[in-house]
Amino acid sequence: MSDAIAGYDAAEEFLDRQSPIKRVQAVLHGYPWLSPAIVLAITVIIFRLASSKFATPTDLGVIAQQTAVVGTLAIGQTLIILTAGIDLSCGAIMVFSSMVMAKTAFDQGVPGLPALLIGLAVGGLAGAFNGLLITRVKLPPFIVTLGSLGIFQSLTLLYATGRTVRNTELAPELKWLGRAIDLGGFRITTGVIVMLVLYAVLAYVLRYTAWGTHVYAVGDDPDAARLAGIQNNRVIISVFVVAGFIFAIAGWVLIGRVNAASPNSGIDANLDSITAVVIGGTSLFGGRGRVIGSLIGALIVTSVDHGLSVAGLDQNYKQLAIGCLIIVAVTADQWIRRARA
Amino acid sequence: MSETTTTTTAAPTTAVTPMLESEGLVKTYGRVVALDGVDFALYPGEVLAVIGDNGAGKSTLIKCLSGAEIADDGIMRLDGEAIQFRKPIEARVAGIETVYQTLAVAPALDIATNLFLGRELRKPGPLGSVFRMLEGSGMRKRAKQQMMALGIGTLQNMGQAVETLSGGQRQAVAVARAAAFGSKVIILDEPTAALGVRESAQVLRLIESLRERGMPVILISHNMPQVFEVADRIHVQRLGKRAAVITPQSVSITDVVAIMTGALRVEAKDQALTPVR
Repeated sequence: MSDAIAGYDAAEEFLDRQSPIKRVQAVLHGYPWLSPAIVLAITVIIFRLASSKFATPTDLGVIAQQTAVVGTLAIGQTLIILTAGIDLSCGAIMVFSSMVMAKTAFDQGVPGLPALLIGLAVGGLAGAFNGLLITRVKLPPFIVTLGSLGIFQSLTLLYATGRTVRNTELAPELKWLGRAIDLGGFRITTGVIVMLVLYAVLAYVLRYTAWGTHVYAVGDDPDAARLAGIQNNRVIISVFVVAGFIFAIAGWVLIGRVNAASPNSGIDANLDSITAVVIGGTSLFGGRGRVIGSLIGALIVTSVDHGLSVAGLDQNYKQLAIGCLIIVAVTADQWIRRARA
Repeated sequence: MSETTTTTTAAPTTAVTPMLESEGLVKTYGRVVALDGVDFALYPGEVLAVIGDNGAGKSTLIKCLSGAEIADDGIMRLDGEAIQFRKPIEARVAGIETVYQTLAVAPALDIATNLFLGRELRKPGPLGSVFRMLEGSGMRKRAKQQMMALGIGTLQNMGQAVETLSGGQRQAVAVARAAAFGSKVIILDEPTAALGVRESAQVLRLIESLRERGMPVILISHNMPQVFEVADRIHVQRLGKRAAVITPQSVSITDVVAIMTGALRVEAKDQALTPVR
């Protein structure tokens, strides 16, 4: 409606002037996954220059396999962060679910497939526990999941009695996601495939369904969502249940990856998943971001980690590099949010 | 009909049913009286401004009409039928759409998504029923038609995020949404309060195009020149009661301020209690 009132004389030609930096801002605003994609490309190029062993077909397969667990967790974490929430207990839910799968099959003698389903259900229930506390008791997600992080960790250790379920003791169904698929030197596991399928499904759901739209709306402007007739609490609970279910799938991927179910694995997985989501361009303030960005974010984290070891550099640079990336990503988010057309 | 002399504005010559009316609305907060038996009538196709000093009860009146507050006493009717709202959503379902001062559009979502938020359209066939796929292009097309119908054709891209729009354009999106879904009454709460002169003018044109489409509008505003420019009738609220209903043609701005402050009283026969359009 800018043509509404009067025409200008001398100033007219300056009205739609856009500096190059503004144009960049507008593009990044429209495509939130673009900046992480550029960062990933730069990371790969740097490590490729540092070592010829990096990013060969075989090496890419290794990176993909290393990304599978955190990458899967990041899907659920993205959903939660889009609603302006956060889940510190995602790693604990993952490990708890994986222990439930492994032990119901090994100790209680439940067949593999039902044991798997029980584990997935436990993940969903754990998510529901978080979601209900956040919506019904009206506690901040950070506090709720900080508490449930401790609860689920402790439950896992008590339930496992400190014991790992080893490879030979695992039901075969639980090891499905560790199977390798060879694509001419490029070796990935079924776990990687499951992760990629989950990304595709969630990208579709968020983009093309009403539920997905409501997830964005609730995180973007809760008042506007409520006034539009969306039941915010229902959306938030459903997000935590779906995320819990995805964390349990990550638990299944984890069993395939480490070839065992250990109560002590995945200690830092919660922070790694948040890192992947934030570097992937999803805003911690909710309502903006793309799930595909979190895959890119997870790949960046793995590439830095793996690249340092392939290039024979000190692993301690990893936290330095990732830490800088997080700060840059959040700064960029703040800036991009101010974009105006 | 009365046998005494009648003025053109006062005599009820037609029996038009008000689109939205109230009789004797009472609302108290503890010992604070917000509404002290308020009568109110909005007729089809008119723009009715509601004005009054702070604490005169205009926001409370609007909140009762839009379901945000529950009146202690009194009757409300929509299109002749008695209504009682416990929540804003019930008023919306009945056809009373309110555009709030704080806009209530989600900034990161695009125009079409905001217009259809909470009532999205799904694709026909298995894509919609099994895969729950939304009719994205259809919604954008209908959003475009809606904006055109309101004379806001300059917004080309319905996939544009609302936060990239100007204040007036955002207000237009909020109004377009209110007007989009077969609503019977639109309530605009201070729609120009946060806007500059130029953008206010756009919103006033928007209100006029709503009237052209026959949509009754309640306009709450502090801005007298704007009220006088766009309103058909003006409901003046004072100390929890309706002080007068007048037309911009019959009373000057100075006199309206006098009515608001109690310095001037208007006889019932000189008021515009019936539709003027």
